[in-house]
Amino acid sequence: MKNKIVTIALSAAMGLMASTAMAGTLEDVVAKGYIQCGVTTGIPGFALPDADNNWAGLDVDYCKALASAIFNDPDAVRYTPLNSAERFAAMSSGEVDLLSRVTTWTMSRDTQLGMNFTGTMFYDGQGFMVRKSSGITSPKELSGAAVCIQTGTTTELNAADYFSANNLEYNPIVFVDRDEVVKAYEDGRCDVYTTDVSGLAANRSKFADSSEHIILNEVISKEPLAPVVRQGDDTWFNIARWTYFALVNAEELGITSANVDEMLGSDNPSVKRLLGVEGDFGAPMGLTKDWAYQIVKHVGNYGEIFERHVGVNTPLALERGVNALWTNGGLQYAPPIR
Amino acid sequence: MAKKYLAYIRKEIVPEQPAPIASKGIVGWARQNLFSSISNTIMTLAGMAFLLWILPPLYNFIFGNAVWPGEGVTVEDCRAKGAGACWAYIDSRMTFFIYGFFPKDAYWVTQEGFIASIMTYWRVNAVFAVGTLLLVPLMWPGLPHKVLNAILFFVVYPVFVFFMLTGGVFGLEEVPTIKWGGLTVTLIIGLVGIVVSLPLGIVLALGRQSKMPIVKGMSIMFIEVWRAVPLITVLFMASVMLPLFMPVGMTIDKLLRALVGVSLFSAAYMAEVVRGGLQALPKGQFEAAASLGLNYWKSMSFIILPQALKHVIPGIVNSFIALFKDTSLVAIVGIFDLLRAVQISNLNLDWGSKNQAITGYIFAAVVFWAFCFSMSRYSIMMEKRLDTGHRN
Repeated sequence: MKNKIVTIALSAAMGLMASTAMAGTLEDVVAKGYIQCGVTTGIPGFALPDADNNWAGLDVDYCKALASAIFNDPDAVRYTPLNSAERFAAMSSGEVDLLSRVTTWTMSRDTQLGMNFTGTMFYDGQGFMVRKSSGITSPKELSGAAVCIQTGTTTELNAADYFSANNLEYNPIVFVDRDEVVKAYEDGRCDVYTTDVSGLAANRSKFADSSEHIILNEVISKEPLAPVVRQGDDTWFNIARWTYFALVNAEELGITSANVDEMLGSDNPSVKRLLGVEGDFGAPMGLTKDWAYQIVKHVGNYGEIFERHVGVNTPLALERGVNALWTNGGLQYAPPIR
Repeated sequence: MAKKYLAYIRKEIVPEQPAPIASKGIVGWARQNLFSSISNTIMTLAGMAFLLWILPPLYNFIFGNAVWPGEGVTVEDCRAKGAGACWAYIDSRMTFFIYGFFPKDAYWVTQEGFIASIMTYWRVNAVFAVGTLLLVPLMWPGLPHKVLNAILFFVVYPVFVFFMLTGGVFGLEEVPTIKWGGLTVTLIIGLVGIVVSLPLGIVLALGRQSKMPIVKGMSIMFIEVWRAVPLITVLFMASVMLPLFMPVGMTIDKLLRALVGVSLFSAAYMAEVVRGGLQALPKGQFEAAASLGLNYWKSMSFIILPQALKHVIPGIVNSFIALFKDTSLVAIVGIFDLLRAVQISNLNLDWGSKNQAITGYIFAAVVFWAFCFSMSRYSIMMEKRLDTGHRN
């Protein structure tokens, strides 16, 4: 009896320490044969059931890329929808192996929650939507504009900071409910609607005349959205981080899911190293040497994922903007594989 | 004689006259029911004005200007100015509303036609079909073999459902519960909650009336604790806190956690409903049972409970209906019940239009209404049937 109590107490204590004591996520994942991936409970373009009732989106494709690297099978993933309150508890308890759910990378989360952020999959930020006919191209031209804002959000504070910092007059028209804000903008009660860029794009797609509205390129806040792994498991962290880097590197080197087989015969040493033709960069992470080839083959490169779910030909119709490669003036940058 | 003073004597019976026009037919009914007094007249006119104000736009939205599914109907039709409810969107997402993420059958998904669309989800549909086949005769009064039927439904059927949906045996693909969703999950949670909470509630109610102090104390404690906590808190504890207390690597299925939470929660309510029935019985019934030499269980099952439960049928069904609607709360722990499936589909930009969300909610409301209304009708029928009359 006493033994039993001790066992229960021990296991309870271990459960509480899960965030620091857990190791070997890769072994666990390989043993069970799939990745348990925490996603959102539904955000257009990032994670949402598609027409075939399967999860699809930018966040989902990251999970698929990881599964391709480990199992050569993008479908070796099970998705756990988590809301904002549950997400970190689900990580600490080991219920999910990683979070890929539009989580903003902040210092307190990185340093205090026992989490590590692998790399920014999407640079979001507060932006502005205006009518094309207004001719406005930069937020600096918004002096005197009527701005539709949802009240009680950081959006409201960011806008106030921005306009006062730039000595611009503005006329905030605030609403409690997001739908009211959108309606007021659509009815022409304000010239500008401001919230996170991905939110602007989602609402724009519902307008009858969506092509008449543009989202300004300039953003006024930083919302780097990144996948999360548990702190203290460096192997798993490396795999998750280099999966993201492989996606970006593949785009930079011009390797797509369509031409990846051709690229195996490329003379470019960077391409050879990435695809595992030369050297073995997979083994140190516990993967096969064609890990990156599998990622690109099954999921594509970063640019393909972006265009597939949030790019200009999707309902969200987002430009690459700051999410372009560093070579094109964006922020997506990956260290070399060598 | 008296005769000569009589001026007139009617010789034949006057034929029946039709009632005055003002007191029969529609006019009479209206005078009696709608315009019987000044205040009634004002109320009637106000009510009619309200209906005239609300009904035409409502009709136009739901039927008149609605976009129905059909050849060549796209999201553009729903986005057009003046478009009403977007039923085409409901049609396109129907499989998600019913089956959630449940995987499609690899062969049938490639086929065309009505049979193929049924067979694509044959595992879930088989569960629905067998459930209906067992439930209807069970609830149909007067059909024979009730005991066998009950055993099939309450013992064999859950096993069948479990293997059919989870798979992993008999060559069926394994489907984790996280992939279940939509109406399937709503019905599973509702049915399990109902089937578990009634017997458990009866036991708890009896326990609360027991003379044994431990049994009584435990029952009271259970009932009061569960009744004092909101269901949303129970579910949240089960989903967020419980995993933190569990040993590393050990997780309990999310759906199972919700099932247990919902069942125990509604059992506490059910116990109090049943207790109300027990207290309504005169003491003489207990004494009569005892005087016949029946032991506790016999007197309860043959004398007391049949009467007590009959008294509280409305209360029991009330709890069932509340429970069925409460199933939508499991959405907050990431389970895709019908309402959550509708909500998440409302975000789908492929059908993104102004009326997308409201159409989705109307659909969910109609489905919930259909189930709850049939439960209520069935209970009224049972009340009438069991009304053996103590009310003269």
